[in-house]
Amino acid sequence: MSVANDTKMNGARADAKLVVDQLGKRYGSVTALEPTTISVPQGELLTLLGPSGSGKTTLLQLICGLTPASSGRVIIDGRDQSATPVYKRDIGLVFQHYALFPHLTVYENVAFPLKMRGQPAAEIVRRVGEALDMVHLGHLAERFPRELSGGQQQRVALARCFVYQPSVILMDEPLGALDKKLREHMQIEIKRLHRESGATIVYVTHDQEEALALSDRICLMNHAKVEQVGTPREIYESPKTAFAADFIGISNILRGKFLNGARTTLNTAFGNFTVPAGSACAGESAALVVRPEHMRLGVRGDNAIKGVVTEIVYAGSETRIIARLNEEAQLTLRLPQGEAPPRLGQQIDVSWERDLAVLVP
Amino acid sequence: MTTTLDTMPVSRMRSRALHPYWLAAPGIVFLAIFFVYPVLKLMGLSVVGADNSFSLAAFSRIGHTDVYLRVLAVTFRISLDTAIYSLLLGYPLAYWLAGRPDRQRGKLLIFVTVPFWTSYLVKTFAWMIILGHTGVINTVGTQLGLFGQPLEILHNRTGVMIGMVHAMVPLAVMTMLPVMTSIDRRLVSAAQTLGATPVRAFWLVYFKLSLPGVTAAGLLIFISSLGFFIVPAFLGGRQDTMLAQLIITQVQEMLNWSFAGALSVLMVGTALVACLVYDKFFGLSTISGGTVRENKSWLRQVGLAILGGVAAAVDMIAKPFGRLLGGRHILSIVSWTIIAFLVLPTLLVIPLGFTSSSFLEFPPPGYSWQWFSTYFNSPVWISATVRSFGVAAATAVLATCVGGLAALALAYGRGRWSGPIFAFFLAPMIVPRIVIAVGMFYLFANLGLVASNIGLVIGHTVLAIPFTMVTVAATLKTYDTRLDQAAATLGANRLRTLFGVTMPLIKGGLVAALLIAFITSFDELTIAIFVSGGITTTLPKQMWDDMILQLNPTLAAVSVTVFVVVTSLLIIAERFRRSSSQNL
Ligand SMILES: Nc1ncnc2c1ncn2[C@@H]1O[C@H](COP(=O)(O)OP(=O)(O)OP(=O)(O)O)[C@@H](O)[C@H]1O
Ligand SMILES: [Mg+2]
Repeated sequence: MSVANDTKMNGARADAKLVVDQLGKRYGSVTALEPTTISVPQGELLTLLGPSGSGKTTLLQLICGLTPASSGRVIIDGRDQSATPVYKRDIGLVFQHYALFPHLTVYENVAFPLKMRGQPAAEIVRRVGEALDMVHLGHLAERFPRELSGGQQQRVALARCFVYQPSVILMDEPLGALDKKLREHMQIEIKRLHRESGATIVYVTHDQEEALALSDRICLMNHAKVEQVGTPREIYESPKTAFAADFIGISNILRGKFLNGARTTLNTAFGNFTVPAGSACAGESAALVVRPEHMRLGVRGDNAIKGVVTEIVYAGSETRIIARLNEEAQLTLRLPQGEAPPRLGQQIDVSWERDLAVLVP
Repeated sequence: MTTTLDTMPVSRMRSRALHPYWLAAPGIVFLAIFFVYPVLKLMGLSVVGADNSFSLAAFSRIGHTDVYLRVLAVTFRISLDTAIYSLLLGYPLAYWLAGRPDRQRGKLLIFVTVPFWTSYLVKTFAWMIILGHTGVINTVGTQLGLFGQPLEILHNRTGVMIGMVHAMVPLAVMTMLPVMTSIDRRLVSAAQTLGATPVRAFWLVYFKLSLPGVTAAGLLIFISSLGFFIVPAFLGGRQDTMLAQLIITQVQEMLNWSFAGALSVLMVGTALVACLVYDKFFGLSTISGGTVRENKSWLRQVGLAILGGVAAAVDMIAKPFGRLLGGRHILSIVSWTIIAFLVLPTLLVIPLGFTSSSFLEFPPPGYSWQWFSTYFNSPVWISATVRSFGVAAATAVLATCVGGLAALALAYGRGRWSGPIFAFFLAPMIVPRIVIAVGMFYLFANLGLVASNIGLVIGHTVLAIPFTMVTVAATLKTYDTRLDQAAATLGANRLRTLFGVTMPLIKGGLVAALLIAFITSFDELTIAIFVSGGITTTLPKQMWDDMILQLNPTLAAVSVTVFVVVTSLLIIAERFRRSSSQNL
């Protein structure tokens, strides 16, 4: 599922819950988001992943209507919502720092959206109770937000969002302020809530591990535009750009120029390498992406490279070897279990199968 | 900065050093003698009869003549109305300012601080020119044919209210603004994503969170208004006499200390009751920027219910107007209009200082320097001006030392006494000035300090201490962490740190405090009315005397001078304060 594909479909897909069509935002001369098109099927959890300033928050705010768009449309359930004010869009937003109302108790916070929708009192009591139970906070209903820990506050924010069952839920780095352990715990909670509610979720993060753990698909963003959309596996195995390769997982990126018109050999600072069969790249220059697990010790594959071992990282299930190629460059390879590691400072040959590499522009 | 000296063991130093609270001692002693004692003494006088025995005659006199009760009622009513109207005008302006980017807000704030510090006399003088029978409004209005005959807007309640509200809106804005800027605006966005219309989101979230500021401002305005006398004296009629005017008459004309004491008790009592009521509902700590502790009482439920009702009602009313009311432009227009109301009247005085006419007509028929030359060639005015400068300079130094030390005491020694000490140093700002002034007059009469420069400096220092303390404390706040380290590592060398490290770093705050104290003294009238006089007249006292006799263009020239001096000092103070917080 690529951006290009989405553009063609243009919201026509039967199961597209949310379609963002050429949505863009400019602040004067600053482009916060290039016109972007993405469609999100019903029940999917899509993460927006990218470095700081890449336009993730902007995209989210455009979708929910907190920021007026410079161009494009937002379509939910096939209906254009671009002119609908924030409070009428059927969208839930979970803020980075929770944005719980400090003057209301946990219960009142969660009841707020129901009250705004004029639900009957009995219904409110029932649904708030359910929502709080869902996040295991029933016993803290009468507390004020400042009397809760960070993780508990985050769960209240989630309950407040899920309680009115918006058909699309947007989350802006909801776990950004939590420590690693709590974050991992909350990721599981969010996955569970997603599964139980069946909501369509767009989730912003700049943590690739979090994206990999949570997503059905990842939308990778950089410099105010989408780099690649795909399942974690798609992006990992066939990155479309060097940025994508670098951002998801560890990559060895070898940049160079094509040697011949047939474009089968790349000339890099570390030698000439043949590119995978059937791969095409328009420009004069390109880069080869080789994952650490595809690198082997010794001259065994089509392409080989020389380096000096500078570090050996033992990480339980695997051993990573970092080798220096020249003053600036190094590469990482993963040693299969059982294979004896080289010594530090040892000169090694590293090779990979031609077709296991990926060619990117 | 601490590395060279931090070799000494901390604990040993701690135990040998005096507790930092001792830094507040000079201020506490000073205020005890010249503030607490005179005020209590004056109130004590209320129960002293003619033959020096205990007597409630003064109070029964108040109770028996309804003249006094009426004055009390009028004072209460005017103060309450002033608070309400000032909040109504101040809120949109503060809201608008809070929404501006930081830098822009810093600049716009000058439109609030200048009116705040402009002398009440100058402001009142301006309104007399504007509202009078042949004043600016009536001249322009009749000429344009807006109304047939001149409006009656001076020397009645309308005049008083205009003057009072004009004087108090800046205080309202300055009290509410810090609360508003600390509100996280994303909460309003959050409310909207949760389904609240913009109107409801504002009331249920923003307004609710700004309430501590609103109520604190209301209380401060109410209490300050209780002691007002300049505005009602010049802009009001006979029926608008306020309590402070009565006290002045009792002391100056009747020399009836006992009765003046009784009236002071009433005034302080009213202020105290207002504080207690406020404390019951909101907690006094919110005034000094503390956070409101939400509790789970029925009161909170009622409050929330009322708020919900208001939100729903306004939402209904606003619905038909839709976009129109939500527009940012409307708010800007309203805010600029309020700013114009605050700033323009005073600016109007400037051309009048240069009039060529012998009357205060507007617009001036021509321009000349004659009134400035009258001012500068008059020995009376010049001696008053020189004295005001001298007294203000001395006050500035004294108040900054005492207040600055108190601020340091609070910054170093954070214990359970910090709250009470802070409150004690703020008290001269809360107790009506007129009560302080009369009490001081009594004390000085016994000490032979009446009509002396020292007496004036002491009196003005009492009033300036709260401002200097708050100003220095604000600078220290940004400096807190380093101060902590210094205090912890340097122990016995604190004094050296103070002069070597702390002082240079908070220099900007100190200069700002000096200037603020200078301004406080420079246009102080209440104490000057009693303590200065004859040959020791200050500039405001001379203006007051002249204004009572007859308005004249010399007054305009003097007003222009005072306005220019105060405004320039204020702008310089602001520069220093800001440069100081930037350096940190
Ligand atoms: N109100 C604004 N005015 C001008 N530029 C803005 C505004 N809001 C955002 N930008 C710019 O738009 C770009 C994208 O910002 P955005 O907040 O969407 O980034 P982000 O991906 O959410 O980053 P982060 O991970 O740091 O939250 C940034 O370069 C930012 O400076
Ligand atoms: Mg962001």
